[in-house]
Amino acid sequence: MKRDCSIDIRHLTRVEGHGNIRITVREGKLVEARWAVVETPRFFEVMVKGMSAERVPFLTSRICGICSISHALASIRALERAMQVTPPPAAEAVRLLAMHGETLQSHALHLFFLALPDFAGTPGILPLLESHPELVRAGLHLKELGNEISTVTAGRCTHPVSLVLGGLSKAPDRKHLQQLLDIIGERKSALEVACDFFASLDIPQFERETEFISLHNGSTYPFIGGELVSTDGVRRSENDYLLMTNEYLTEFSTSKFTRCSRESSAAGALARFNNNSAFLHPEAKKAAEKLGLRKVSHNPFMNNIARLAECVHILHDAEALIGKLLDMDLLEIRTRFTPKAGSATGAVEAPRGILYHHMETDEEGRVSKADCIIPTTQNNANIHNDLQALALQSLEEGKTDREIEKLAEMLVRSYDPCISCSVH
Amino acid sequence: MNQQGMHFEKLRIASFDFTCCEGCQLQLANRESSLAAFFGLLDVRAFREISSEKHDDYDIAFVEGSISRSDEIERLQAIRKQAKVLVAFGTCACFGGVNSLKNRYPIEACIAEVYDGQQVESLPVRKISDIVKVDLSIPGCPVAKEEVERIVVSLATGSLAALPKYPVCVECKERLNTCMFDLGEICLGPITRAGCDAVCTTGKTPCLGCRGPADDINFPAFLELVRERGLSLRDLKEKLGFYHAFEAYPYQ
Repeated sequence: MKRDCSIDIRHLTRVEGHGNIRITVREGKLVEARWAVVETPRFFEVMVKGMSAERVPFLTSRICGICSISHALASIRALERAMQVTPPPAAEAVRLLAMHGETLQSHALHLFFLALPDFAGTPGILPLLESHPELVRAGLHLKELGNEISTVTAGRCTHPVSLVLGGLSKAPDRKHLQQLLDIIGERKSALEVACDFFASLDIPQFERETEFISLHNGSTYPFIGGELVSTDGVRRSENDYLLMTNEYLTEFSTSKFTRCSRESSAAGALARFNNNSAFLHPEAKKAAEKLGLRKVSHNPFMNNIARLAECVHILHDAEALIGKLLDMDLLEIRTRFTPKAGSATGAVEAPRGILYHHMETDEEGRVSKADCIIPTTQNNANIHNDLQALALQSLEEGKTDREIEKLAEMLVRSYDPCISCSVH
Repeated sequence: MNQQGMHFEKLRIASFDFTCCEGCQLQLANRESSLAAFFGLLDVRAFREISSEKHDDYDIAFVEGSISRSDEIERLQAIRKQAKVLVAFGTCACFGGVNSLKNRYPIEACIAEVYDGQQVESLPVRKISDIVKVDLSIPGCPVAKEEVERIVVSLATGSLAALPKYPVCVECKERLNTCMFDLGEICLGPITRAGCDAVCTTGKTPCLGCRGPADDINFPAFLELVRERGLSLRDLKEKLGFYHAFEAYPYQ
């Protein structure tokens, strides 16, 4: 059946920032399917110029209100590597725990506030407070736990306070760590509620072969630093990040696009899972199995399931990490250093995928050049290409305009784009 | 609705964001244990970040972010027309925030550095009150949810919504912290408005003044303190300029 279809979504809701979807079909033929970021650019790479290295993580954390800890740690890692500063082991453990808190908070926010309403058929989470109280409570409990972990480890959940160059400005309080351990024990039941619910959902069937890029360290599920790998077999060192991203500009988007071996690539929970599922906690592996997630999954909608599996990993790994911290004396938390000239990249796995900060400093340790490549920037081209394939598949399946529109929105949301981040 | 024996109408609110990280809006979804009670006071008419519902009949607009593009000016003016109470929400909205650091360079140079000369529209960063009248300011990077809750309750009950007049130093002392100056660091706690519960200095990092100047500060005495201690004036300048919140107290 030949038909016309015109979908024009301006400022997609339930995503962070401003982006538009446009799909046009004329006489049964796809004319255009486009993902355009229209967010106001902010110029952090200019803002950071001339700033003293110690202050930089306090600035770059402000790139994002959801993943501020990842940004702070990416800058810290870049600057520490540039100036050859090695933080004490206790500080490294606390930083990883802070990342766990942020990832849990971000994933719970996405799964319950942003994605869940699509599956439940409501405009947002607020109506679900009444219709699905137990499920929403589980989501809020997980999100709250994530925020608590970040607050105990970084001093504040949004825009961290005590993550500094050389280590930590303040060690977490032992009493608070012990309390976290108790809360984690209690909240495992919330995780079960979430897993049971998501296992009952019909995840849209859509696959497009994709190159998935993430960190990889060969021994643990990666969060801070490591080798850059792709499911197409590319391996690079952290400082060679530009060879993974190859940023380019398009005229319809204020966020840049990237590519590696193919026309586009993907970063995020599914990419981490596809490259590192062997290193997930056994309980997280079990959850992935139960939820039907197997590597290498080329269905972007499975990002939601990968996020949930990561939440399981995080709760169990956080428990182990806190146990380890409670066995340490937490006195050595900061390496003092003299600022100097240097240049290096810091890569971390932010909740939405691999995040690169590259920093160059002068002899006084002031930033002379900075480059930040954000996960959403690395996903934009892939979202764009997925949209075209999804539109074509939906037309073949004879879906209505309304169905295509909903699927397109869900597809973009499945990447959990962080748009204000991507136009940093 | 009835809450603790008091009757009042739910506040018809909307939340909007401009040039920012959306971290302040996100705080509205934090403090999960009081979330149901908090949203129980509100009739959310538009809040794109968490809901697809969009209505233009709000009374109170929470506006996050600074202004740096012409379409933002138009959107902001439309919000001003509708809102009975326009709240500048967070440091970017109140003072311009970290985004203002961009203003140290000509716009063309910023665009050339980041976009390789491609045509991208961007204006020098301005705070909300540079464009429209602001009825209420809630500073903070990010805003403190406890304070937001307190102010929302004040709005719902028709009582006065006010920020502390005293500086962060007071809250910091209450928390029995070692003074950052005694640790050899310039800290803006003596001149910055309280209300954050001294969260940064409690984490042993100096206050960078995200909440802007407290009432009746003695700026010359503060400068004297920095000089007396022999601390770096370049560091002072970097800290005062960080959030663009001390515009009224220029320091060269």
